[in-house]
Amino acid sequence: MRLSHFLPLAAVFAIGCGSSSEQATPAGSSGLSGNVQADGSSTVFPITAAVAEEFKFVHPDVQVAVSYSGTGGGFKKFDIGETDMNNASRPIKQIEIDQATSNGVEFIELPIAFDGVSVIINPKNDFVDYLTAEELNAIWEPGSTVTTWSQVRSGWPEEEIKLYGPGPDSGTFDYFTEAINGDGGACRSDFTASEDDNLIVTGVAGDRYALGFLGYAYFVENQSIVNAVPIQGEGRDKAVGPTSDSIMTGTYFPLSRPLFIYVRLESAERPEVDEFIRFYLANAPELVPDVGYIQLPQSAYDLVLERYENRVTGSVFAGEGATVGVSIEDILSREGAG
Amino acid sequence: MQVDPQVSARIMRRSQAIDGLFRTFCAICTWAGIVLLFVLIGKIVYEGLPGLNMDFINNFPSRRPGRAGLKAAIWGSVWLMGTVTVFAVPVGVCAAIYLEEYGKRGRLSNFLETNISNLAGVPSIVYGILGLAIFVRTMHMGVSVLAGGLTLALLVLPVIIVSSREALRAVPPGYRSASYALGATKWQTTWKIVLPSAMPGVLTGVILSLSRAMGETAPLILVGAASYIASTPGSPMDQYTALPIQIYDWASRPQAEFKDLAASGIIVLLFVLFLMNALAIYSRQRFLSKLKG
Repeated sequence: MRLSHFLPLAAVFAIGCGSSSEQATPAGSSGLSGNVQADGSSTVFPITAAVAEEFKFVHPDVQVAVSYSGTGGGFKKFDIGETDMNNASRPIKQIEIDQATSNGVEFIELPIAFDGVSVIINPKNDFVDYLTAEELNAIWEPGSTVTTWSQVRSGWPEEEIKLYGPGPDSGTFDYFTEAINGDGGACRSDFTASEDDNLIVTGVAGDRYALGFLGYAYFVENQSIVNAVPIQGEGRDKAVGPTSDSIMTGTYFPLSRPLFIYVRLESAERPEVDEFIRFYLANAPELVPDVGYIQLPQSAYDLVLERYENRVTGSVFAGEGATVGVSIEDILSREGAG
Repeated sequence: MQVDPQVSARIMRRSQAIDGLFRTFCAICTWAGIVLLFVLIGKIVYEGLPGLNMDFINNFPSRRPGRAGLKAAIWGSVWLMGTVTVFAVPVGVCAAIYLEEYGKRGRLSNFLETNISNLAGVPSIVYGILGLAIFVRTMHMGVSVLAGGLTLALLVLPVIIVSSREALRAVPPGYRSASYALGATKWQTTWKIVLPSAMPGVLTGVILSLSRAMGETAPLILVGAASYIASTPGSPMDQYTALPIQIYDWASRPQAEFKDLAASGIIVLLFVLFLMNALAIYSRQRFLSKLKG
């Protein structure tokens, strides 16, 4: 057999090897180089990716790679020291802290943004003016027998409610069920679940009597075809709709949540990681709203930076899992205590 | 026994009606797939074509849809495919040669055969778990093109073995006998007679399995492929992302512009797959004409 018989194969491999390792920005090295390895929540991913994009312009020789295997999946890698930082759409759980401790991994917990879970209805739905947390609980609790709007509140039409929501693997589902049903993951199972929030929008936009919940950014992008329902939290006297203001101040209760990054203490000693985290906190106020989330007030970012600079390790959310209705005041006071 | 001609005519008409109905049903089934495919491709081309330009090919991903591009994903996929080719093809073809030319029919070869066929049906995510445990952790390759490529190589290996065996089996036994009759050894016969004759089939199998590896996302996410990275790999130990990962990221973003980008990305992926299939057909024709001539 002649060599030429292998040429097609050789060609395939030659293309593979021929690629160059070009960088995004051509010139102007900052002197800083190395790798930053991030994994974790797909909710937080767009923020960290946006920061990495901007960071590249300043420090072209630092390679930041951001993956998403989910908050929990990311912690599994973070806890054994495989990654430098973990994106998290909920605070670290006690079991994950234990895992980290047993592997000698210490971490710094940094809140970086807010996200709101929006409850959406069809624009032609003219009878739902607001929903209370109790009503939402009655609709979504495990084994719920609510099938028509009239069962939610008397006077509402006797029409079947079509329910849409994210699948059980998503952080949004975890958070919503924690906030509304009191137990992350506990939920009725007879609703249309989709891992793609865009499909929830399509479902609700096409059905006058539908009800769904999804991440705030997906509502904002689709305001013209779905409406958000104002929510009245337990013990609150008025219903509040999701706006960047109400989510930031925590008055959109109980459906707003903080998003975090967790930085490994050992990695923070590396100049490229250290610089990336500082860059992250300095640019978050501008980049967070760019990708559809709500930034913390500037004073909060200052406190978070202080926490980072003092290398305060451990979680102030102390393994509570999804913390419900955390207002910015909560974080600030806990930061102060830290 | 006398059959009423009217009754028999009625039965006949009914049978013919059922026959026609079945025929129409089968025709609809055939067209359903094709029409669906065309609608899908039409929709993607409609959404994605306007965004397709050199910037899209040459830019790194970005949070701004207008600036986002596929460069990291394209080169990541190319590197992955190179790695898969280097590892899976020699191993797969040699395994097929052993099983087909050297292996004796017996319990052991039955055992191997059954297991290889079973492996071909294992869900791809399982290979991801395997790759994470073996390549990334135990062998300390970390998150690298090498680890990702080896995982995909494992994934397509059974397909390459099975298709190569089919190709080897299709070589007429007379070729081998003729070669032996001229005093050739087994090695000479296999290398100079059997393998070249089987090459068209082997190549087709290889390229089709590479196409499959190209579209895989789940195992890559498990072995840590990045979803955002702004560089192309420079060595097998570098970090990487791949076309389907980038497309998935864009498709799940809330902004509508990203959905158009996802469509443009799909066009690029389809184009690459189309090229690979064209290469498979071309090389098969070339080998075939060589064998005949």
